[in-house]
Amino acid sequence: MGKYLEMIRVRFLMMLAYRTNYYSGILIYSINIGAYYFLWNAIYGGKGEIEGLSVIQMTTYVAVAWMARAFYFNNIDREIAQEIKEGKVAVEFIRPYHYLLMKTMQGLGEGIFRLSFFSIPGMIIVSLIFPIEFSAAFSTWMFFVVAIILSFIVNTQINLLTGVMTFFFFNNDGLIRAKRVVIDLFSGLLLPISFYPGWAQNVMDFLPFQAISYIPSMIFTEGFTGSAVWEAILFQLVWAVILILPIQALWVIAKKRLIVQGG
Amino acid sequence: MEKVIDVQSLRKDFKSHSSRSGLKGAFRDLFTRNYKVISAVKDISFTVNEGEMVGYIGENGAGKSTSIKMLTGILTPTSGTVRVNGMDPHKEREKFVRSIGVVFGQRSQLWWDIAVQESFRLLKKVYNVPDDVYNEHMNHVIESLDIGPLLDKPVRKLSLGQRMRCELAAALLHNPKLLFLDEPTIGLDVLVKLKIRNFLKEINEKYKTTILLTTHDLTDIEALCDRVVMLDEGQIIYDGKLAKLRSNWGEGKQIEFQFGEQVSGEQLQPLLKELEAEWTKGDRDNVWIANVINEEHVISEVIGRVVAANRITDIKIHEISTEEIIRNIYEEGMLNG
Repeated sequence: MGKYLEMIRVRFLMMLAYRTNYYSGILIYSINIGAYYFLWNAIYGGKGEIEGLSVIQMTTYVAVAWMARAFYFNNIDREIAQEIKEGKVAVEFIRPYHYLLMKTMQGLGEGIFRLSFFSIPGMIIVSLIFPIEFSAAFSTWMFFVVAIILSFIVNTQINLLTGVMTFFFFNNDGLIRAKRVVIDLFSGLLLPISFYPGWAQNVMDFLPFQAISYIPSMIFTEGFTGSAVWEAILFQLVWAVILILPIQALWVIAKKRLIVQGG
Repeated sequence: MEKVIDVQSLRKDFKSHSSRSGLKGAFRDLFTRNYKVISAVKDISFTVNEGEMVGYIGENGAGKSTSIKMLTGILTPTSGTVRVNGMDPHKEREKFVRSIGVVFGQRSQLWWDIAVQESFRLLKKVYNVPDDVYNEHMNHVIESLDIGPLLDKPVRKLSLGQRMRCELAAALLHNPKLLFLDEPTIGLDVLVKLKIRNFLKEINEKYKTTILLTTHDLTDIEALCDRVVMLDEGQIIYDGKLAKLRSNWGEGKQIEFQFGEQVSGEQLQPLLKELEAEWTKGDRDNVWIANVINEEHVISEVIGRVVAANRITDIKIHEISTEEIIRNIYEEGMLNG
């Protein structure tokens, strides 16, 4: 286990080496949140609430969704694809660790870095500018913490899945890009799932994407209450377990047919 | 002695698709593809004993890298068996890789953006090396390779020679019994090469580390390895002592004459009559080389006759270099015996 913890630390150090990138990131995220704030204000007009969310809840939803994104988001699919294309994955195979688990830890190191240097300061700045409501209930915060950890796991698993596909396609930039759009759209980052038409909501109940953004954001804004919270976390948990299967299967096949490219 | 590497009729086939030509061909490729099976390694067998330093040589595309990748468990063989350190590299990967060290000259295994010592620290955790063992062993390695001052620098700021020494230290961090070096001296200057060679000899003596070295630089092989395994087109064409290779193939000597005046081939030809020798033209004006067999009376006879018949400004006698021997072998193909 020590080696995996050490990897989180190393990744944190690597991010620290390029920390100035993040100050511009805070600005970009703030602009994004600002744009959605004004957009939603216009949509709400005088209405008190739409689909069970008030304007303030909606603003909080947008802010929290973007800030949580900084934590769960990572580029390990792209990194895996690149390591496969450049043949660097050969080096990873001569190390006594599980490659995909190590990649997950790198993602986690990155996530923790972003959370502490980006999300938390960013959230403070955003809350000074826009009217955002923080829950006072301790349980909400606890559920939120559990939910974003699970959202990190599900998102990372989807990234691993996309990354490992490179073993079969050799060049899957298209797939990676498509996955990114699908996640932004179906995870509830741009639009809460409850705003989708009924049939689309039904379809999405059978897909893992809402576990990534919709669930933690709804928990934070207290859009979910009571048993809905437990159900939502169960939903995330079930997907986190289910997704292990295709990853492991693909990984076993990939190892068998591994061709190290470039010498 | 204990066999560290035991390879029996190892084979690796790659399936590669060949593209049809032209636009029409490209459209047909969308639906059906032509596959060609290429054998990179064709049923090779060899064993390496503990403490040996073996040079593994061959032209580009001869199958060196492919076979090394099978030995390290990166690639699965199509057929045949591989036992390295008594294990199957692919089946017991995590346990197996703890017993080997690998340096790929052409790719880095250190983390690019962080200081060298952070990479070492991570590897120490990865290989579970206890503190006292690490300190004793690595202090020695760091000192011999002279990388102490580089430890706090990020890898991307190191020169190639500095980086390669750090790579070597990283590969030896867990003190493996077996070390694979894939072109470790590529692009390095003479001083760094010497340092690396001395270091390899030292650890081979001290820990009885077995070393399998691939390189295109034959001076590395000459300096380090008693034994060479030579590959050509996926097959082993020579496996034996380097010295034997030299005595079988490099038995001749070259005598280089610099003549004081213009001479022609016809003029010189009669001088070598009835001797096992022949002329080739040198690369400068008035320079001719007599290739002779390595026997006293032939050499002195050739020199005597040439000197008696012509005015000479310079004479040099060369041994045929390993590089030339190997070039000859590749040109003539399979080695007999």
